[in-house]
Formats: sequence, C-alpha cells, structure tokens
Amino acid sequence: MRQRPLWAALLATAAFAGHVSAADLRIGLQEDPDALDPAQARTFVGRIVFESLCDKLVNIDNAGNFVPELATEWAWSADGMTLTMKLRTDAKFHDGEPINAAAVVANIERGKTLEESRRKSELASVASVAATGEHEVVFTLTKPDATLVAQLSDRAGMLVSPKAAAELGAGLGKNPVCSGEFKFVERIDQDRIVLEKFADHWNAANVHIDRVIFLPIPDTTVRLANLRSGDLHMLERLAPSDVAGVKADAALKFESAVSQGYQGITVNVNNGARSETPFGKDARVRQALSLAIDREVVNQVVFEGVYAPGNQPFPPTSVWYDQSNPVQPRDVAKAKALLAEAGVTGRLAIEMQAANNPVQLQLMQVIQAMAAEAGIDISIKATEFATMLNEQTAGNYDSTQVGWSGRTDPDGNIHAFVTCKGGLNDSKFCNDKVEALLNEARTSTDQAVRKAKYDEAGKILAEELPIIYLYHQTWLWAMKAGVSGFVPYPDGMIRLAGVKVE
Amino acid sequence: MLRYILRRVLIAVPTLILVSVFVFTLQKLLPGDPVLAMAGEDRDPATIAFLREKYRLNDPILVQYFVWLGDVLRGDLGMSLRTGLPVTELIAQKLPVTIQLAIMSMFWALLIGIPMGIVSAVRKGTWADWLANIVALSGLSVPNFWLGIMLILLVSVNLGWLPASGYESPFVDLKRSFQTMLMPSLVLGTGLAAALMRHTRSAMLGVLQSDYIRTARAKGLAERRVILRHAFRNALLPVVTLTALLFGELLAGAVLTEQIFTIPGFGKLVVDAVFNRDYAVVQGVVLVTAVGFILMNLLADVLYVLLNPRMRDAL
Repeated sequence: MRQRPLWAALLATAAFAGHVSAADLRIGLQEDPDALDPAQARTFVGRIVFESLCDKLVNIDNAGNFVPELATEWAWSADGMTLTMKLRTDAKFHDGEPINAAAVVANIERGKTLEESRRKSELASVASVAATGEHEVVFTLTKPDATLVAQLSDRAGMLVSPKAAAELGAGLGKNPVCSGEFKFVERIDQDRIVLEKFADHWNAANVHIDRVIFLPIPDTTVRLANLRSGDLHMLERLAPSDVAGVKADAALKFESAVSQGYQGITVNVNNGARSETPFGKDARVRQALSLAIDREVVNQVVFEGVYAPGNQPFPPTSVWYDQSNPVQPRDVAKAKALLAEAGVTGRLAIEMQAANNPVQLQLMQVIQAMAAEAGIDISIKATEFATMLNEQTAGNYDSTQVGWSGRTDPDGNIHAFVTCKGGLNDSKFCNDKVEALLNEARTSTDQAVRKAKYDEAGKILAEELPIIYLYHQTWLWAMKAGVSGFVPYPDGMIRLAGVKVE
Repeated sequence: MLRYILRRVLIAVPTLILVSVFVFTLQKLLPGDPVLAMAGEDRDPATIAFLREKYRLNDPILVQYFVWLGDVLRGDLGMSLRTGLPVTELIAQKLPVTIQLAIMSMFWALLIGIPMGIVSAVRKGTWADWLANIVALSGLSVPNFWLGIMLILLVSVNLGWLPASGYESPFVDLKRSFQTMLMPSLVLGTGLAAALMRHTRSAMLGVLQSDYIRTARAKGLAERRVILRHAFRNALLPVVTLTALLFGELLAGAVLTEQIFTIPGFGKLVVDAVFNRDYAVVQGVVLVTAVGFILMNLLADVLYVLLNPRMRDAL
C-alpha cells in the first residue's frame, strides 16, 4: 500500500502529458514499409517515407518532368554514353557529413555492389561513376540508357551517408542516415515511423512541420476513422467508396492524382502448354474480350468513377499516352464477329486469376458479366497474391488480372513486360518489331524520338494484346481541412515541403 | 510438487519439436515463392539468386530444418525476410504488447463472465438468468471485427473519447497505453466473457445440486457463504482450465482485433509473415506461442492442485 502515492503520481503525470504537439503531422499509411535503406527497399509505401527522409539526385514535378534536387543540373554527351551532373554545394547528410561527388560515387557503387541491393538492375547500364570535381560527377555507361535520369529520381538516386553505410552495412535499414528534409528518430515495426525536421537542410525554411509520424493502418475504414477522430492529419490510398463521404465532410479535404501505373489482364500467349488456346494463340480473340469490356462502366461501378479508364501502359494524363489511340467504346457485335472470324464456335471458356481481395474480385465479376454477353465465359480463380505471381511466372495460367505500380520513365512501364527476354514478361510475348522499337526508345535522349517509337510499338501491342489494359488507379488522399500546401503528384508520394498544419 | 512441474516441462520438449516440424513442413507446402514476394515488383534475377542463397532456400528441406533447429538451440530464431530484423528482436517487441492485450482482455472476461455465471446459476430461471444468457449469446455471436469498427465509429469518431487505433507502451505513456488498449481488450474480453459465463453457470448448477451444498444449507450457513465458499470453489476447476486455455489462445495473437485496432502484436506479425512467406517469423511466433500454451496448461494444473487438495495425492 505504500506504493500508492507513487502510482497516483505516475497516473497524474501521465494524465497531463499531452500527446500531440502543435507541428506534428500524423500520416496514415496502408502498409508498413520494408527496410528503410534506399538500396534494399522494394515497396511503394517505403518510397513515401523516403520522400521525406532521403534526398535524391533528381526529383519530378507534378507533371512528371525532372527537376533538380541534389543535382542542380545534368547533361548528356552527344553519343548518350556519359551523363554529367553538378551537385548542390549546401547539402549535408543527417550526421553532418558533406554531400559531394565522392558521396555520390560511394552511393552508386553501394547500389551496384551491396549484396542485398535491389538497385542492381536499375543501375545495370552504369559502367562507372567518377568524381570530376568536388561537386561534379560523371556517369559512364555501357550502352546509351535514357532511363537513367528516371532511375536517379527514385531510390537508385537517393544518397545515404557513406560514413554510416560503411559502419552499418546492410544494417543501415534499421537506422537510416540520409539527407532529406526530415531525419530518422525511431521506428516500431508495424506501429510507427517517426521523423523530425532536419534543421540543416538546404530547404529547411520551406519546411513547417517539426515531426512526421507515419502510422501503418491497413484497414481503410479504420484509417479514415482515425482521420475523422483527429488521430491522423492525413491518409493515403483512401478507398474509392469513401471519396463521396470525404468530399461531403467540411472538416476534411480531398486530393487526387492519376497514377503512373496500370491495371490490366496479362494473357499467356507463349508461356508453355497453357498458352495453346484460342485466347492465347489468336489475337482476334483477345481483341474480342477487350471490345466486350466497357471500361467506363467498370470505373463507375467498381471504383465510383474516381479511376481513369485506360488502354495503354501509360495513363491518358501522361505525355507518353498516344492520343491517336483512345479508349475504344464497348462493341459486343464486333467482339462476336471477331470470335466468329477466329473460328470460335459456341462459347469460349477462359480461366482468369485475380488477387483474392474484395475490390479485385468485384472488378472481375463485372468483366465476367460483360464478357459473357459476347460469348466468353470467364471462370475467376481467386488466388493469394504471392501464389498468383508464382503461377504466372511458371506459365501455369490462361490469364491474370494484375497491374504495375508505374515508373516515371515510360520504359519502366513497358520494356520488361513485352520484350522477348523481359524480366517481367510472363506472357512470353515476343515480336521483333516491338523488340526493336522498345530497345531503340530507351537509347535516345530526345523525347520526341522516343515518343514516336512508343507510339509505333503501342499500335502493334494494341493489335496483339499480350496485356489488355483496363484502367489506371488514382492516388486518393484525405486530410484535415487544417492541412494546407499539399500538392498531389502522379507518383503517389507525399512531399512535405510547403505543407502546413493548423 | 517441484518434481511434478519438472516432469511436465520435460514432456513439453517433444511436443515443441513436433510443433516445429509440423509448422516447418506446412509452410513449405504453401504455394508461392518467398523470394518472389521479397524481391520486389521488379523481380531482378540477380536479387532472386542472392536471396535464395542467403536464406538457404536451395538446400533440401531436411537440411533447412536442421540448420534452423541448430540455430534455435543456440537462441537464434533467424532473420525476418520482410524486415531484415532478427526474429528474436521482433518477438521481443511484440510479445509484451500481446501479453498486455491478453491480460487486459482476460481482466474484462473474468470481471464480466464469472459474476454473470454465478448470478445466472443461483437465480436460474429468473430475469437475471435470461439477461445474462442474452448478453452471453450476443457476446459469442457478434463478430469481433464488426464490434471493433462500431466501437471505433461511436467512441472515437462520434464521441471523441478514445484514440481510434494504435498502441503506446505503458512505460512511455501509461494513460495513453490504457486508452489505446481499452477498446480492443473490451472487444476481445466480452467474447471470452460469454464463454466463461456459460461454463461458470453450468459448473455452478452442477455443484449447487450436490449433497454437501444441501448439508451446508441445512447447517444454517448464510446463503452468501454457501455459494461463494462452498459451491463456487468447486465450480472453479473447469473454469480455471478454460481460462488457461483462453489465455493461451490470446497469446497466439488476436489477428482480427489487432488488425482493426492496428496493434503491433503477434497476430499482425504472423499474418504479415504468412502473406510475405516470411518463414522464420512464422516459425518463431508459433514456437513462442506453443511455449506459452504449454506454460498456461502447466499453470492450470498447478492451480488445480492448490484449489483441490484431493489432487495432491495424485502427484
């Protein structure tokens, strides 16, 4: 009983301990990120945290153009074999180490050589990188690679302190030392990631938040409830079904941006015995299915009209979208005619894998109903995601409803999927013309030249349809009305410079 | 007594080995390649090859098992594939959270379940019995995730009394720790209270009809004393067993409740681990849970002996 006063005192202290201080920003994430090391990271959600934690050489603006971050300017050599970058002179790492050419060299080498690195393929074209001045580096390539700047605008271009990296090795992910607007404070797995303002950051005057707390809350309903109750200031990936409710709530704000990725149907056209079907072997059958689908209705019914219907690897909002090949309206009669032309008599049965979650299955049911009207009977195989990918790689599938989160450079949305030896080409589609065009497109640094090649390849792909593109997800954010200065970006990231909390 | 406990602990060893073999093989039977899940969206072949080598996924399954077992005997539960953290560290992080949730839930379950069970047995057939039964039936039939979301909407969103979800350690902020745990423990506790109430009620009914209770009443003992001291103590035995089993279950993590209230406990850890094919984490959690279960059972048996002197001869 003697301890009672102590307990009482503890309780009283706890009762007065305020939890949320004025310039905290609490952000609800859909998942818990993986390792917080730019070299090792692999998840989309991790990139959201990196955007505040780790500066990179190049960033993008909200139209998808490259803008300076740690690199102030860059230039390609005429033959496209070297890229010269000039660096800021006023940037430092969170541990006080200077950011200079040597730090860039150390980071690129780390990305290329660290055993655990997931950046190796992104930096594969870099033969060497050298410091040609205190604040100037030159990348020498093995072959021209226009996608390199885009890679350097993402995790491959994020710099960690070479000193910390040398000390911690692969353990850096537990205690990241970068140079972003916020520095790492603590992380409790599956609970929170806490960052605080880095006072020595070159852009510190434009940062109005003292602490950022990222809270992974996987359930969308609960994430929104946390926002409404005031436990969060902002959340990412609002469910489309909640958009109307958020818009109607005066205490909340809504922002959105069409993503760089896509969702579609990957068809097994040449991956083992299961491709030996009319659907796998005859492009007209795939065209029939594509024509049977009303993409606008899919968007309205399944996604409350907030996503963007699509028919290409790039969203209609992208500069890389081919405007001469717009989304076709539904045409059941033409679909039936194409099936007849392909010699399909009677009804055609197709099996389609889909991720085992309510939204994806609802999408599949709508497509199933539409396809049935054209004479195609889809049997939906709801599969857990990791298993689904396995089946797809192994060729043990007819078709899969699957997507891609998207990349800033167009090459990242198309090359690996439809070139003959592409690492993600699970349909095993292979077409010499497409192959040549896509390989040429990645070597030119002239946007107009590249666009012409993607358009030309796109026309063949629209005929062949190894992937039937369906729609582009829209990134949906909800925030308290008191949060101002937030700008939505097509990459789904949250950029906190300029953001204020009332 | 000590020898009894020691014997029980020794018997637990083969059980644990069996559990580990079982979980190990079951996991390997799961379709889906952990390396594909880990390599990221780009599925870089070099990364895939490196990961297979690093986590010994190319070795025969028997070799993998014995390597794992050898590490476990040295106190190393391996590395989590998802986070890159040692499994022991993850377990050390999550176990206190799960234990806190389990204790608080059990507190509500006992506080509600046992008095309700006694009252409904003693007042059998009256409105109090009916009421207790209705409450118990609802507690058993309302799904946790629904009750959880409804509570969040009512208590956090509409009334603004408690944080909607999340967790705080009691050592950092005691008040907030209780605030964040209140709703999840109530959701879990009411479900368990229903089971406890039903068991207490039927055990009490059985005991109340026995001869010695009639004798006690005939001796003129106060009804209160008859019920609490004579009847309840004997009715307690099956309830103790049930409580220990329920507590063991709570230690395995409450998957749905933890997911809804975003509590970083065992349930969330193991679900994420299964989806990411994070073998080492699943193995480690199952092992620790099995140990917890065995300990709870042992505790129940020891309590039995303390409650029932006749059992001491059986040792």
